[in-house]
Parts: sequence; C-alpha cells; structure tokens
Amino acid sequence: MISLRKSAFTLCLCAATSLAGTAAAEDMHLVGSGASFPFPLYSAWLKDFSKQNPGVTVDYQAKGSGAGIQDFVNHTVDFAASDAAMKDEEMAKVAEGTLLLPMTAGEIVLAYNLPGKPKDLKLTRAAYTGIFAGTITKWNDPAITAANPGAALPDLPITVVTRSDASGTTFVFTQHLVTLSEAIRKTVGMGTTVQWPKTPQFVAAPKNDGVTATIKQTPGAIGYIEYGYAKLTKADTASLENKSGKFVTPSEASGIAALASADPKSDDLRVWIPDPEGADSYPIASFTWMLFYKKQAPEKAAVLRKLVEYGLTEGQKGADAMGYIPLPANIAAKVRAAAAQIQ
Amino acid sequence: MATESRPNPADSQTVSRPPSALEHLWDRCFQALTHVAAWAILVLLAYILWKIGAKAAPAIGSYRLGFLTDSIWDAQAGRFGLLPEIWGTLYSSLLALIIAGFFGLTVAIFLTQDFLPPRLAMVFRTVIEMLAAIPSVVFGLWGIFVVIPEIRPLAEWLHLHAGWMPIFGTSFNGPGMLPATIVLAIMVLPTITAISQDALQAIPYRTKEAAYGLGATRWEAILKVLLPTAAGGIFSALVLGFGRALGETMALAMLIGNSNQISLSLFSPGDTLASLLASHFPEAGPVEVGALMYAALVLLFITLMVNVLGNALLALTQRRISGVS
Repeated sequence: MISLRKSAFTLCLCAATSLAGTAAAEDMHLVGSGASFPFPLYSAWLKDFSKQNPGVTVDYQAKGSGAGIQDFVNHTVDFAASDAAMKDEEMAKVAEGTLLLPMTAGEIVLAYNLPGKPKDLKLTRAAYTGIFAGTITKWNDPAITAANPGAALPDLPITVVTRSDASGTTFVFTQHLVTLSEAIRKTVGMGTTVQWPKTPQFVAAPKNDGVTATIKQTPGAIGYIEYGYAKLTKADTASLENKSGKFVTPSEASGIAALASADPKSDDLRVWIPDPEGADSYPIASFTWMLFYKKQAPEKAAVLRKLVEYGLTEGQKGADAMGYIPLPANIAAKVRAAAAQIQ
Repeated sequence: MATESRPNPADSQTVSRPPSALEHLWDRCFQALTHVAAWAILVLLAYILWKIGAKAAPAIGSYRLGFLTDSIWDAQAGRFGLLPEIWGTLYSSLLALIIAGFFGLTVAIFLTQDFLPPRLAMVFRTVIEMLAAIPSVVFGLWGIFVVIPEIRPLAEWLHLHAGWMPIFGTSFNGPGMLPATIVLAIMVLPTITAISQDALQAIPYRTKEAAYGLGATRWEAILKVLLPTAAGGIFSALVLGFGRALGETMALAMLIGNSNQISLSLFSPGDTLASLLASHFPEAGPVEVGALMYAALVLLFITLMVNVLGNALLALTQRRISGVS
C-alpha cells in the first residue's frame, strides 16, 4: 500500500515537473489594457485563444480607453484597446510605429423609463438633440409627441442620465450629436467628458451599469448606454431617426448596415461614422480599436498576428450574442491585410 | 504596577531583583518600537502630503486659489474649479451629521441607560456595529434600488406643496442630495453610536446616583446630568462621524448625481470631492491628474480643519460644561 502510494506520488511529481518544463520552454505571457466597453468580448476571446494555444496566456485589463493609450505610450503593455482610437500626437510618441485595427463595433442606444411602458418610442433628430441640449424638458413636448401619435406620453419632466466618468461611450455619442446640432457643438462639446447643461434634470452615474440602474429607477429618465447593456438588462430603447429620415431600432442588422457605410479610403483604419448613410442604418455606431506596435520580438509578433486572425474569424461569431456588431467583410479584409505590419 | 501592589514586603524581597541586562534591552527595544510606530504615522502622513503636493504643484501653480471658487470642470478646455464639489461635500456631510447625530445619540442613550435588559442591548449594539461592515458599494446599490423609490412619493409631494422653500425647490429626479444624505447618515451612524455609547458608559455610576438622590427623574438625570457630563465624548463622536462623511466615496458617486452645480435643494443633483476623484481618476490625462491631486489636497485640508476645529471646540466645551480642564 505504502509503496503504491509512493509510486503514485512520484508519478505525479514527474508529470508535474515535465509539465512545468514544457511550459517554461515556450511560455509566453502577453498583457493588454484599455477600453472597458469591449472587455466582455475580449476576455472571452482571450480565454479561448489561450486555450487553443498552449503555453500562451494573454491578459486584458479594462482600465478605460485613456488609460490604455497611456499604458501603450509608456510601453507597459504588449497591446492596448481604445474606443476613441488614438490621436496623431499620441501616435507620434511611439517610436516603433502604431497600428490601429478595428476589432469589433458597437451601437449606442437611448434607453428610457416611462410609466405605462409605451413600446417603440420614436425620437426624431430634433427631439433627441433637444433633450440632450436641455431644451426639451417634458415628455409631452410637441417635438416628441408628433412622431409618436399612438402613444400617450405623460406630462412628466425628462431626467437625462449621463456618464459621470470619462468614457468612450460619451465620446461616440457626443460625436454623433455635434454632427447634428451646432448648438450642442457650442455648449456641450465632444469628448470623453463633456459639459452637459447644468440643470437639476441632468444627473450623471458611473459606468454603463450605473446609468442603466439609474434609468430603471427613475420614471421619466432617458440616457445613452451601450447596446449590449440594454440587451442584457432588457431596457426599453428608442428608435432613432437616421440620416435618410427613417426610424430605426437598434439591432444587429441595423448596426451592420451602419458599419457598411464606413469605407476607409486610405490605410488609416481610424474610420468614424458619426452619421451613417443608408436607409436601414442605425445612426449611432462606432468601431473599437486594438493598438499594436509595428515592431517587437518576432515570437511576440507571431502570437499577436494569430490573435488578430482569431478575432477576425472565430471572434466575430460570438459578437452579436454579446451585444457587439460583427465587422463587415470589407473592413475585416483591410484589417487582415494591415495585421501583416505587426512584425 | 504589579510590584507596587504586592501585599507582603517580605515576599517582594525574595522575588524582586534588579532587572537583568536582557530585560533592560527588552525594555529599551519596546520603547524604541513604540517611538518608531508613533513617528511612522507622522512620517507617513507627511510623505502622502508631499507626494500629492508634488503632483498637484503644477495645477496649484496655474489655477491658484481661483480653483476653489470656480465652478467649471472641463478637462477638454483645461478649466477646473472646485466650488460645487466643496459645497456638495460640506452640505451632504452636514445634513448626514444632523440625521445621524440625532439617531446615533438617541440610540446610545437607549442602549446605555438601562432601558433594555443587558443581553438585548448587546444584540442591538452588535447589529448597529454590523452596519459598519457593509461595503460602500452595497450601500450605493441599496440607495438606488430601495431608498430612491421609497422616498420618491414624499419628495414629489414636498416639491408640489412646499416648493417655495429653497430646500424643496427643484423636482425630484432620483439621484441627488437627499438619497445621498440618507445613505451617508446610515453609514456614519455606527461610528457616532459606538463612541457616544462609550462616552455615556464612562460616566461614573455615582454621578447618576447623585442625580437620582437629588430627586431628578430619569429624563432629568439623562438630559441635565448625563448628557452634559458625556458631552466631550459625544462631541468627538460627531467630529469623527463628520470626518467619515467627508471622505465617503463610492456610495455617494452612485447616488449624488455627479453634476457640478450648487443648489440648496435637497432634490437637486450635486457632487462631492471624493466622488469627483473616484469618477475622474481612471481616465484622466496628465493635466487633469494635476487638478485632481489639487482637489485631493483640498479634501485633506478640509478633513484636517474639521478635526482641528473639533478638538479645539471639544477642549472648550469640556472646560465649560463638565469643569474638567
């Protein structure tokens, strides 16, 4: 009995040492950080990718786009991710050269909470820019009721819920608003934090979940959140009027239509679609990027290229279920071609 | 101490001996250790101040004191001002202190003045102290999902019928000063209750007996004799509670509405220094980090001032009320 146990023990020990031996031989640990919006998707990708490639572990920390860029410029990570891409002056700080690849995309929805739960609220461009400029303050404002003849909209003040923390979501949303409204460009501005009107009707909450919770608890509230969060929490979302004057509900199909209007002419893959063309396009959609160095150790480069390829093929399959929009074929092809520059 | 109280000097002669060199060394070491521990705290505080100060220096240089009176926080334009946050911090903490002070003190009286059998009082005490163990974020969620819906009808009624009063002047939207204050009050309640209890329990039993002996009723004894005697301890409970309220972060970031405006209205959203720091740090650029460090310094300074003023007032009241200098 004792000898059996002993031999079993030695066997285990042998197995353990041999495993450790092989792991040490080709163990590679890559670290990334950045945007929190694509974090659920990226972490699923990386888990699966690490499983498929024994000896390779890739970690991603959702610190926020700004922090990701910061880390990337300081060379404390192997790659980063950002919802706001990267500015030219930030790219200039990276001597090896920076490659920005769109890896997935998202929509921003206007979630609302109205007593009586009127389904399919329609908001014209004038209505939602007015709400976020602070000029439309009641739900029964003619600008809102005109587009919703069937719905009984109450005489209730509109509580606008925004993000209190700096966020790529705010960046994309305000980028869309300023293309529609000169008034918003002047007063609110565009960026990861902006100057929302200072009235008691505007409240701010931290992160997507904070905004969602606040909307759910406040009758008469409206706020902007990621499509994925709205889907997860089954929040009511408004149909928005797009550039062609059609009301479009946020969905995978309308998101793909919006992305299809993006057509990068140059090699620069920082394409924005502040106001997408097309009758079926949902008006507020944006890519989110991964940031890579153009030069690094060859083994690392090989793994990173593999990671991009994984994201473009298998990675896109799970995107919709998690509330992201898969990349259109033309963009995916461009990304694949550009990934060869990771050396 | 132990050797002094020995009853029989004959015993001590056989047992007592001059301390050995090892014991001397041990004494010295222990003394040195206490010194190091005490000084380390001062050094740590100085180090923190120095580090934050160094990072805040560029912002202090460029914004100077205007930082304290400006009310815009615009990272894009590089304009920063703290007035709404300073106002929000003091206003919310003061309101919370009024609520928690009232309840904390009444609970402390209830639990120490023989209203309850000792065992039951013990249960109450434990439950109240357990409040201190609940994480801030849980209080925040509880505020969003329980407090805000619960107070909504009352708040709407107050705004409708008493809207002419500035404190009910704006409509109730959800996150704002009132829910933040209520949750904050609950969070500082354990601190205030526990220290007030200690203060009340520390009163010698003879004092109470003397009051009863002079023919005082229970209430007269509590209000006119016991409370003034314990005033010093109760006051320091309030100061500590206030200090805790000033620095509370996560629950407030979730409940106060994070809007940099100054309003007397309880229903209006506001912002506090700690909540500003929590929501802006993660994505701040270098310029904003400087401004945030400056804000942190301001918060530290306010907390320090509250403690210093509190201690000064404490010394004053003690001398006046209990005659103990």
